[in-house]
Amino acid sequence: MAKSTQLETRRPAAVERPPAVRTGLLGWLHQNLFSSWFNSLLTVVAVLLLARVIPPLLNWFVVNAVWTATDPAACKEASGACWAMIHEKYRLILFGRYPYEQQWRPLLGILVLAAVIGVSCNRTFWKPWLADAWIGVLVVWFVLMWGGVLGLPFVPNNLWGGLPLTLILTVIGLAVAFPVSILLALGRRSRMPVIRVISVGYIELIRGVPLISLLFMASFMLPLFLPTGASIDEVLRAQVAIIMFSAAYLAEAIRGGLQAIPNGQYEAAHALGLTYWQTQRKIILPQAITIAIPSIVNIFIGLFKDTSLVAIVSLTDLLLSMRQAIADPLWRRFFVEGYIFIAMIYFCVCFFMSKYSQYLETQFDTSRSR
Amino acid sequence: MSESTPNGNQPMVQLIGVHKWFGQFHVLKNIDLQVDKGERIVICGPSGSGKSTMIRCINRLEEHQQGQIIVDGVELTHDLKNIDTVRREVGMVFQHFNLFPHLTVLENCTLAPVWVRGMPKKDAETTAMQYLERVQIPEQASKYPGQLSGGQQQRVAIARSLCMQPNIMLFDEPTSALDPEMISEVLDVMIDLAETGMTMLCVTHEMGFARKVANRVIFMDEGEIIEMNEPEAFFHHPQSERTKLFLSQILSH
Repeated sequence: MAKSTQLETRRPAAVERPPAVRTGLLGWLHQNLFSSWFNSLLTVVAVLLLARVIPPLLNWFVVNAVWTATDPAACKEASGACWAMIHEKYRLILFGRYPYEQQWRPLLGILVLAAVIGVSCNRTFWKPWLADAWIGVLVVWFVLMWGGVLGLPFVPNNLWGGLPLTLILTVIGLAVAFPVSILLALGRRSRMPVIRVISVGYIELIRGVPLISLLFMASFMLPLFLPTGASIDEVLRAQVAIIMFSAAYLAEAIRGGLQAIPNGQYEAAHALGLTYWQTQRKIILPQAITIAIPSIVNIFIGLFKDTSLVAIVSLTDLLLSMRQAIADPLWRRFFVEGYIFIAMIYFCVCFFMSKYSQYLETQFDTSRSR
Repeated sequence: MSESTPNGNQPMVQLIGVHKWFGQFHVLKNIDLQVDKGERIVICGPSGSGKSTMIRCINRLEEHQQGQIIVDGVELTHDLKNIDTVRREVGMVFQHFNLFPHLTVLENCTLAPVWVRGMPKKDAETTAMQYLERVQIPEQASKYPGQLSGGQQQRVAIARSLCMQPNIMLFDEPTSALDPEMISEVLDVMIDLAETGMTMLCVTHEMGFARKVANRVIFMDEGEIIEMNEPEAFFHHPQSERTKLFLSQILSH
């Protein structure tokens, strides 16, 4: 008894503050830049290097650059970048050979697409109506691009080009490839031999060939197998090749996620009486896809940039439309500016995808409280 | 159809001459067991003795290769319909809880009633809250499993099974993965459940629990049922040498 009262009267250890660290600008500098003689040396070298590199770059990009000029001669005299070329040619770069006075249609198309993507990014809108919204937007997009109805002049899709083409090849490519890839990944893990062999065969075959060869086959070999007179649209052929290609890659990313799910999850779902598809849909896939987000986004980003390969089957994607734009002999020498311009467009889209995937990862992390 | 309607005399679980092999390894050897409605069975034995495998055969998480298993009048065969029927009636609690980490506690509990039983979501939530109250964690309903302690997770797992309103509950070492101070909170829930007349088969080494609630205690070794008796007799007058040795090992501490 005496012992227990002793225990009760014992005071808990005093709560102490963590040891003080030097704070403020000087503290930060000391900790991060000058913590040892070697780090100090690296800091000095780095600063000197930056001092050499930044001013000329700044001069070329901003100070000496020509921003607006209708005459390429003005650019020739300046020592900086010729952004006037972009100013002059941006509509050709962005929309390719789409009829000039109709280019508000692809622009509107891009905006509508961007709007629905923006809405889809918010998790609270992941409801059944969002799927309807997507279908609606795609219909609107194709009506805008093709026209021929509602008083819009018809524009055949061999005149489509630039950013709208790149975007739609990516968006439809991913939207169709994603469900296909889930089936492939499940098929590869199926206990039914026929389904497994088909899935493995498909994935290995498609992964084993370059996208270029798939595009070639889709556009030059496919017509050979079709009855004479029948033809499949060129854009559609490229689109199918992109879907087939990305489905194989996505399937492997999703399989990676599936393999990380412990067996206990299947057992618990089965013990509760859930069927195979209910188990996959409600228990396994949500977890597997969350795990696979980094590699899935990696493939998304890769695919977005790979759409530029459709140039090889003479579709005018963003890259090719830029190259056609600078084919103008007057502006040809300013091709670097053209590449920088579209590089920035590609970068913005990819950076957005990357940031969004990081946001999703934190959203799905249920081990932390939110 | 008349077979599947339970009557008073019919055993809830019946294993007749059940054999199972993992490859060449003979895990279950000629198991005969009959469990009546409302009976509480505790199964113990050294690891690798086949006790988990035996109860996992009862809801077909493992497939037996010989003999018959009849659960509430439905025989487990390759017929998927029968398997679904049995799984709807049999709840299971696992050693490692196996909660769904991407769903909240409440969603864990409502998922199967909504999708398997076709219960309206509102009703499923009401039922789920009742069971969460019974396992004394209604306040955790909106949390995710990863935010709970082991003992709390296991209680959620029990509630999740109960939400399907099963006739039989299987427990596969429900306290083995828990820290010592959390074992009793789970056992309390199980004792409470036993008092409601639930048919229970528990693989566990909690002998205090066995003494308190079991109608029969089964000792298994090397795939066989070595001894089966009422707790009093089982603990005080074990018949077989292997049972004596096992009991001396687990009770000596």
